[in-house]
Amino acid sequence: MTLISAKAETLSVLDRPNSYIGKTVPRPNLDRLMQGRGLYVSDMELPRMAHVVFLRSPYAHARLVAIDATVAKSMPGVVAVVTGEELANIITPWVGVLSHLKGLKSAPQHAIAIDRVCWQGEAVAAVVANSRALAEDAVEAVEVQYEELEAVTDMRTALDPRTPLIHPSLGDNLAFERIHDVGLVDQAFSESDEVVEKEFIFGRHTGVTLEPRAVVADWNAADARLAIYQGTQAPHMVQNIAAFHLGLQESQVRVVCKDVGGSFGIKVHIYADEMATYALSKLLRRPIKFVADRVESFNTDIHARDHRCKGRIGVRRDGVIMAFEIDDLTGIGPYSMYPRTSAIEANQVVNLVGGPYVTKNYRARARVVFQNKNVMCQYRAVGHPIACSVTEGLVDLAAMKIGMDPVEIRRRNLIPDDAYPCASFSGLRFEKLSHHASLDKLLAMMSYDGLRAEQAALRKKNIHRGIGIASFIEVTNPSAAFYGVGGAKISSQDGVAVRLDAQGAVICQTSITEQGQGSESITAQIVASVLGVSMERVRVILGDTDNTPYGGGTWASRGAGIGGEAALQAAKILRRNILDVAAAILQSAPAELDIVDNIVANTSDGAPRIELKELARIVYFRPDTLPPGIQPELMATRHFVPREYPFAFTNGVQASWLEVDTETGFMRLLKHWVVEDCGTIINPQLVDEQIRGGVVQGLGAALFEKCIYDERGQLTNANMADYLVPMSGEMPDIDVGHVVSPTLESELGAKGAGEAGTAGAAAAVANAVNDALRPFNTIIKEIALIPQVILTALGRI
Amino acid sequence: MTAPLPISLHVNGERVDAHVLPRLNLADFLREHLHLTGTHVGCEHGVCGACTVRVNDEIVRACLILAVQTDGMSVQTIEGLSDSGEVADLQAAFRNRNALQCGYCTPGMLMAAQDLLRQHGEPSRERIRGHLSGNYCRCTGYQAIVDAVEATARSRRGRAA
Amino acid sequence: MKASAFAYARVTSVDRALELLAAHGEKAKVLSGGQSLMPAMNLRLIAPELVVDIGGLNELRGIVVRRDVLRIGALTRHVDLLNSSEIAAHAPLLAEAVTHVAHPAIRNRGTLGGSLAHADPASELPACMLALDATILVRGGSGERRIMAADFFRGIFQTALSAEELLIAVELPLARRNSAHFFLEFARRHGDYAIAGLAAQAVVEAGVAMDLRPAFFAVGDRPVMPKAASRLVNTAVTPALLSDASTALGEELDPHDDQQATASMRRHLAKVLLVRCISALLGRPGLGVAGRAT
Repeated sequence: MTLISAKAETLSVLDRPNSYIGKTVPRPNLDRLMQGRGLYVSDMELPRMAHVVFLRSPYAHARLVAIDATVAKSMPGVVAVVTGEELANIITPWVGVLSHLKGLKSAPQHAIAIDRVCWQGEAVAAVVANSRALAEDAVEAVEVQYEELEAVTDMRTALDPRTPLIHPSLGDNLAFERIHDVGLVDQAFSESDEVVEKEFIFGRHTGVTLEPRAVVADWNAADARLAIYQGTQAPHMVQNIAAFHLGLQESQVRVVCKDVGGSFGIKVHIYADEMATYALSKLLRRPIKFVADRVESFNTDIHARDHRCKGRIGVRRDGVIMAFEIDDLTGIGPYSMYPRTSAIEANQVVNLVGGPYVTKNYRARARVVFQNKNVMCQYRAVGHPIACSVTEGLVDLAAMKIGMDPVEIRRRNLIPDDAYPCASFSGLRFEKLSHHASLDKLLAMMSYDGLRAEQAALRKKNIHRGIGIASFIEVTNPSAAFYGVGGAKISSQDGVAVRLDAQGAVICQTSITEQGQGSESITAQIVASVLGVSMERVRVILGDTDNTPYGGGTWASRGAGIGGEAALQAAKILRRNILDVAAAILQSAPAELDIVDNIVANTSDGAPRIELKELARIVYFRPDTLPPGIQPELMATRHFVPREYPFAFTNGVQASWLEVDTETGFMRLLKHWVVEDCGTIINPQLVDEQIRGGVVQGLGAALFEKCIYDERGQLTNANMADYLVPMSGEMPDIDVGHVVSPTLESELGAKGAGEAGTAGAAAAVANAVNDALRPFNTIIKEIALIPQVILTALGRI
Repeated sequence: MTAPLPISLHVNGERVDAHVLPRLNLADFLREHLHLTGTHVGCEHGVCGACTVRVNDEIVRACLILAVQTDGMSVQTIEGLSDSGEVADLQAAFRNRNALQCGYCTPGMLMAAQDLLRQHGEPSRERIRGHLSGNYCRCTGYQAIVDAVEATARSRRGRAA
Repeated sequence: MKASAFAYARVTSVDRALELLAAHGEKAKVLSGGQSLMPAMNLRLIAPELVVDIGGLNELRGIVVRRDVLRIGALTRHVDLLNSSEIAAHAPLLAEAVTHVAHPAIRNRGTLGGSLAHADPASELPACMLALDATILVRGGSGERRIMAADFFRGIFQTALSAEELLIAVELPLARRNSAHFFLEFARRHGDYAIAGLAAQAVVEAGVAMDLRPAFFAVGDRPVMPKAASRLVNTAVTPALLSDASTALGEELDPHDDQQATASMRRHLAKVLLVRCISALLGRPGLGVAGRAT
């Protein structure tokens, strides 16, 4: 490992004694969560707080002819019934486009629909009452006249001239199209010995965060300030957008994130009903609480991954992959989501297909079309699962066609570990990846040859097990290249302020946020390690725009790499400042001193010189005893933004081992393995747990999850009995291993790891199923792999 | 008869007298009337397990039982189990193994895990997974939770021996 | 989602419950375990005016063997069936079936009576009643009726129970000598409703089924004991015979399409269940090797 040091006398944190970096330490402050004493937004109560329930359209597409709330307004406990028109006086509409996604177009979206609803579940009125139950009673009494319109519900025909236009002013139902063509694709295919083509079909998914979306908006008219309590991943973004659309200054808006019951990207977007809640608070001059119920969550939380992707691969008999080609179609909702846009997922698919491989020839077309279904946007591993499933599915097909082992074909085509830095055929710059080392490690961990032997033996007894491998790359630590360049006010930098308090403890304020992945812990680990204090002394404050530096928050696996580096740099400055004061007090030189275990000590012999607690007492209460001219500064702030690489790519490889009951179509996931290279690991257990959680979300996609819409645009399985999420009974144990290639962009060297599990899990399972079913000459290229699908492929039904 | 009805019950060992509407379910009663917000609401149709509490010493879904039905009963929530120390070792195991991330499923998960451990001193991983199969977790992928429950079972056996 | 407002009555006698049901008819709902009623109310799929809580009717509890009959009270919870030594001795099929019902927290509240009255075609206990040749006891204003399980389940969520009647208990004949049972269901996840399932009670002597009551569930609008199974009784079962019975079974069943499976998949799974059932009951694992029973 190579490390950068800014100054020769500064030890890199990774070498410091008692460093927490690289250590599995339990996260601090878990007790409150385990005792049921957390504070989730859904737990919050404020004086005079009222509850909003939204009346939602039962139609996928309809004109709003009339709304009569007379009866509803007179019902017990009802504070107000507000329509889209009334709310439009308080909050302006928005359009989800970014300028760097050329050609992306969308229509203005209001907080509450005006004149027309465009998906089943879109809010048409807000009922505010003293309790959720009373508001729901009143919702039933609101009379709405709809004129049902034809709904666009099939992405395959969305661009047909005969299909109605959802937004006539846009000219067609195409939100975005991207074409990419590099190398000599046609020539490469013609030089291939085998060309395989398949259409991959993915189910529409949603996050199903256990705590639904929840907001408490509190407009204090006397202060002219709006406090928004929300489980958002990006509080400064919410602050900016709420202020902008409500006609306020950012400094008038405070966003506070309490404990968040799961997000995974679901809570990083701007939702119409949440914007409506902010506006309602301003209108009604009292706190308003919105907590989506589970049915609402299914109908209005962003969906994701609704793709049909035609993939093509050309391969030579010697195993060399000549070219990849994809034609991807995705059907979003009637609006591109705000502000991150619903084109990013398709854009990622184009960027990431073929990423691990040396192939130089690639052509891609991705089209994003509007539909009258729920809105769609970034959800954990954005686009990666699609790209990985298509790529790895094609690679396995190619291997099968030429009679090569799936491991062997990967060995012949993965970018060599010593080829870096280099670029992929979609123009992505790779600093340092480790595809081969990771694959080697994976094969050892899973005893690949042993499993193949077991597979062969069991096949003779008509027991069908399969092995599936999936290599992948992952986008982490994004720079402004993701959103900022397109005009979005989404920060790609983060900041950390650290200070020594009057008792010698450390208070740390960071702009990254916590949803359970361990942001608080890694910040404390880094700061404690750099400063030389014990972790118990470090208190981390996050999720409050009034009390943290300005930053991007936690999403796209950027918390550790970017927020962590800011913490490291800030702590370095604080350490230097402390030693400057200590040197003055002790009549020594800063270079002769270090901080170890909460005490300033001699670097030479480790002898303790002064406790931090004592130093703090002097600085804060007895500066009269300091040498003349000294102005101690026991607080430091540093920000960090990636400058060299637009994204810090990581890589990994996953394997699935499963058994398919060919009589019933049911399958058992026996085991799963992941080898992940995410650079410097701050807390091994937290990284592994992120990977496991991510894998299981991917397994959910592979086996269970699918939003099922009918032709009229009705979501027919909007509850937890019918939309199946993975539960403990069906999930395998997951072994995780690592290769470590730190990034040189930062001293910490950490890349991201939050989404790797989800990126490759479904691909590994799909490949394993097809591997298991090899004797039956059938290839399945759709997920979810429900028993119905498997039996149909086997020709049993 | 849709007027509030009087109920008298014990919650975490404390006597509670209240007047509640018939339609108020136990989860909402605990959260909104008693401000015991450790019992979480995730689906309100009995599927996710986030609202799991103990009524008369048996785990139930608080969203599927009316507050009026608990008249005369004894209810224990995660706050009570924590304060009595009953699940202290389980919580320690959860902490050490990071068997929680966002924490939203955790109260219900601890309830279900403790329920299992009271019935089976040496549960296999399969049995643990089966007993927890009605508690949804989106963050952990379950393995850490199974590890923590297994470790607690082992250490309880060790202490009992 | 919060339930609509309703009036609530916790009754202290069966007679009082029947009075209220007679007075309110379809506008009243009986609250037993509440594990099916409450989700429906929370989702506002139903909005009764009156909820009659029968939880205090102790006379509806109890598992008792009297003469040659096992009587199970309607308020017997799933967990009680699991823990009962009488059930283990006389109706082990029930104990095994109950392990597939939902999850522990649900089983601590859900009742046998509630499950039977709810009559979800995909649920386990109605099929068990068929397999166990149960008699279902109901009481109404005009007295008590005894209804054979085969006549009780009439369709999706439909039974012979009128809105003014209460399910009181079930009576099962005690298991005969050489009784055997089989239970298998195909569900997507632990505790989910089955996509197809089979609860079977049999008498097996020297490798021959002297009596066979296979009750299929989730493959029609009610649990069904197909006539096709009679081909396998009192005879030596060969792979060919089993295959014939399987084919006949497929023709006899009338399953539905839904999001989890098509009718044809349910038919297929029913056949697989039959083969696995017979193989297990007769102790002949190779009887229906995969691929042959189609």
